[in-house]
Amino acid sequence: MEFLLFLLRRVLWSLLVLVGLSVVIFLIARAVPGDPARMALGPTATQEQVTDLRHKLGLDRPLITQYGLFVAALSHGDLGRSLLTERAVTDDIRESFAATLELVLATIFLALAAGLPLGIAAARWKDRWPDTASRLVAILGAVTPTFFLALLLQLLAGYVLHVLPTTGRLDPADPFHADITGLITLDSLLEGRFAVTLDALRHLLLPATALAAATMGQMARLTRASMLEVMSQDYIEAARAFGIPDWLRVLKYTLRPSFVAPLTILGLEFASMIGNAFVVELVFSWPGMAAYGIRTILQKDLNAVMGVVMVSGAFFVGVNLVIDLLVGLVDPRIRIRGARA
Amino acid sequence: MSEPPRLSAGYLRWYRFSRNPTAVIGAAIVLICIAATILAPWITPFPNAVKAVVDFRSRHLPPSALHWFGTDDVGRDILTRVIFGYRVSLLLVVVVLGTAVPFGAILGMLAGYYGGWVEIAIMRTTDIALAIPPLVMALAVAAVLSPSLFHSMLAIAILWWTWHARLVYSLARQLRTQEYIEAARMVGAGPLHILFRELLPNCLPPIVVKCSLDAGFVILVGASLSFLGLGIRPPTPDLGTMVATGAAYLPEKWWESVLPGCAILFVALGFNLLGDGLRDVFDVQEVR
Amino acid sequence: MTEPLLSVRNLSVEFTTYGRTNAVLHGVTLAVPERSQVALVGESGSGKTVTMKAIMGLLREPPARVTAGEILFDGRDLLRASRAERDRLRGTAMAMIFQDPMSSLNPVFTVADQMGTILKYADRRLGRQRGRAGRRARVHEVLAQVRMRDPERVAASYPIMLSGGMKQRVLIAMALLSQPRLLIADEPGTALDVTTQAQILKLLKDLVEEQHLALLMITHNLGVVRETSHYVHVMHRGRIVEAAEAQALFAAPREDYTRNLIASVPRLTGGTSFATLARTDDET
Repeated sequence: MEFLLFLLRRVLWSLLVLVGLSVVIFLIARAVPGDPARMALGPTATQEQVTDLRHKLGLDRPLITQYGLFVAALSHGDLGRSLLTERAVTDDIRESFAATLELVLATIFLALAAGLPLGIAAARWKDRWPDTASRLVAILGAVTPTFFLALLLQLLAGYVLHVLPTTGRLDPADPFHADITGLITLDSLLEGRFAVTLDALRHLLLPATALAAATMGQMARLTRASMLEVMSQDYIEAARAFGIPDWLRVLKYTLRPSFVAPLTILGLEFASMIGNAFVVELVFSWPGMAAYGIRTILQKDLNAVMGVVMVSGAFFVGVNLVIDLLVGLVDPRIRIRGARA
Repeated sequence: MSEPPRLSAGYLRWYRFSRNPTAVIGAAIVLICIAATILAPWITPFPNAVKAVVDFRSRHLPPSALHWFGTDDVGRDILTRVIFGYRVSLLLVVVVLGTAVPFGAILGMLAGYYGGWVEIAIMRTTDIALAIPPLVMALAVAAVLSPSLFHSMLAIAILWWTWHARLVYSLARQLRTQEYIEAARMVGAGPLHILFRELLPNCLPPIVVKCSLDAGFVILVGASLSFLGLGIRPPTPDLGTMVATGAAYLPEKWWESVLPGCAILFVALGFNLLGDGLRDVFDVQEVR
Repeated sequence: MTEPLLSVRNLSVEFTTYGRTNAVLHGVTLAVPERSQVALVGESGSGKTVTMKAIMGLLREPPARVTAGEILFDGRDLLRASRAERDRLRGTAMAMIFQDPMSSLNPVFTVADQMGTILKYADRRLGRQRGRAGRRARVHEVLAQVRMRDPERVAASYPIMLSGGMKQRVLIAMALLSQPRLLIADEPGTALDVTTQAQILKLLKDLVEEQHLALLMITHNLGVVRETSHYVHVMHRGRIVEAAEAQALFAAPREDYTRNLIASVPRLTGGTSFATLARTDDET
């Protein structure tokens, strides 16, 4: 019951953030110095053509009406047409988004799967080598430019060791159409084509590692700090006095309350992860949103760019909603307060 | 653990700082980079390399005693360009943090101190701004206004204040119920006095720590932008651009991208270690 | 008189921190006979918490180190017992009630979950068989014993949903789960308001009498001692400075320290005792 209320509040808040996001994006799009219609048509167009396009785009209406039209279109999933590809921006983004999503999900998984155990080990063996290792990973992850790490990994695995593919999502010799969810790993599993799954995973490994490095180190340090704090709490000592065995006190009583802080920060960090995903995609020729975004930016394809920003923002909001719900599941204090407040 | 009272707080900080290897190494790296930037025209071996010069005889030379970092695809000395590239990086840091931090700190302070609708308005706006990835925002701004260093700075600064607003907000909210704030209010201090003379000084240590950690991140974001081709225009040397151009010649001409990449890592490492060390020196927990 | 249930003899403990060693207990001796209510009184830092932790086997070694003495429980010396044996006793034959109910319950698990886990591992150590349903029934039974009106609802709650008094009662219930013979209470209720504390003390006293337990009450509050204990040990700077029947101690304290301690207790007006203040059956 209180979970439903909590859920409802979080969903409503996410919607509010999305509305705010749409205002920001709309304002940026309209802040263009000069006339978007003139820019779209180029210097050779006649004044008549420009006026015509201005009318068609609604640019001669008051700003608030324009925003209304923008939101009305947005609510149908209509982000306008790309001047570059002359297709609906939504269609353009939909294809590339699946690739970005797959990369980002793999990254989150990797960051958690490596970062949390490392943090737990660092807390368990504080000031010993696992602690030092986690510190090193955290600092190196924080200071290495993602594009540089991506290049180094590519260099190492592709040219020196020759073990992993360094570009794309799949071997071109192995045609596969992911048309269930768009995620190749998942779809190929669903269709029972395990060779494709394996190939997709091999392609994912390097880009996801490059993208996960920064977050992984941070997760490890946060988990460590959080666990040390929980370990000093009375309830851990009380569990000892009540005869709960040590392994259970670490694995259950300490771990679960310790996940709240790292998860929350993971949500905030997600914004920079999306940004870095663009860079990683470029290095590994990953057919995601980045290539599309950058191509359209250089062409001043405003609708497409705004679409990319909007989708990125919405992606952030969506992931944070999921994380909020997870945190609420892990920690009843948060969902109970969240439902009451 | 009690300290002799005659030691000033400043001396104690200096003492803790000088005994903290992380902080000292970090500070040394940062100072070296800043000094190199200022002295660039005099200490670089080939100051001409910053311009759009082409010397086909010395293209793609590997690192040697003459060219420590080798030369690039048009025969320019890479070490020289790296040192000049630091100028762009540090300028970016100064401009972004110089605008974003005061702005964010003041907003955060107002939200934390006043509460009520001020808090709601400011912090909700912050939450919305946090939802936009800085790099993506920079892309959008680059699309709207043309790609250039100044526009990238603008885009990063537009979003960077949110982190400081959040930080100062949480500090101010804890501090506002402190007794010395109450006392100041009781003796009739105006809101300006309380905000800037009572609250702000107590928020400064965490802000300084965060700025140092941020400086590294700003450099990384800036380098990522120029790597994507949205930063400063050639021929002005820029580290991200150098990595991008050099990447075309991997793996044979590895120095052309790997060494500038290491240079970015070096300066970012400096700021990070410094920030980490300062966190211990000031003993602040709030900053991540 | 037969051998007491718990007997601490000449216990000395030292702590080493930052390279310096400090002795905190100097030959502490005390006894808790079967079915008796004994108090250990002293100001903060007098060593009563260390004594309690030593008895429960909760001292962290290092930094702590037991330098001399013995702790006999039911005739066996715990300081020389194997680790497994200590683990077997902790939370079963001897159980402890923590002082701060706000921080002694794990915030992310339900009361039923936490109590069930305690019971499960207590059963396992004692080699007892009890299924999931059996554990559930026992949890509800004990919650009812601590005068919870709606044990099922309390069991399904997270700690944040309970009041301070209810949390304290949950902690008492946790200690009672495996029918201990000795209950050690560390200043129960000090974190609560006075009325609730009085109710908790009354409840504790009733439970100890109903279930024929021995109680070692650790407190800095002589008012609490007067209401709950038969026999009192006064502790000061790591030593037992006076030990006497409660009535005798209050009537004629021998030591100056004890006299000062008694003088410092704020008296409740008109002979009102905790017992009359206490209403244990309401929802606190």
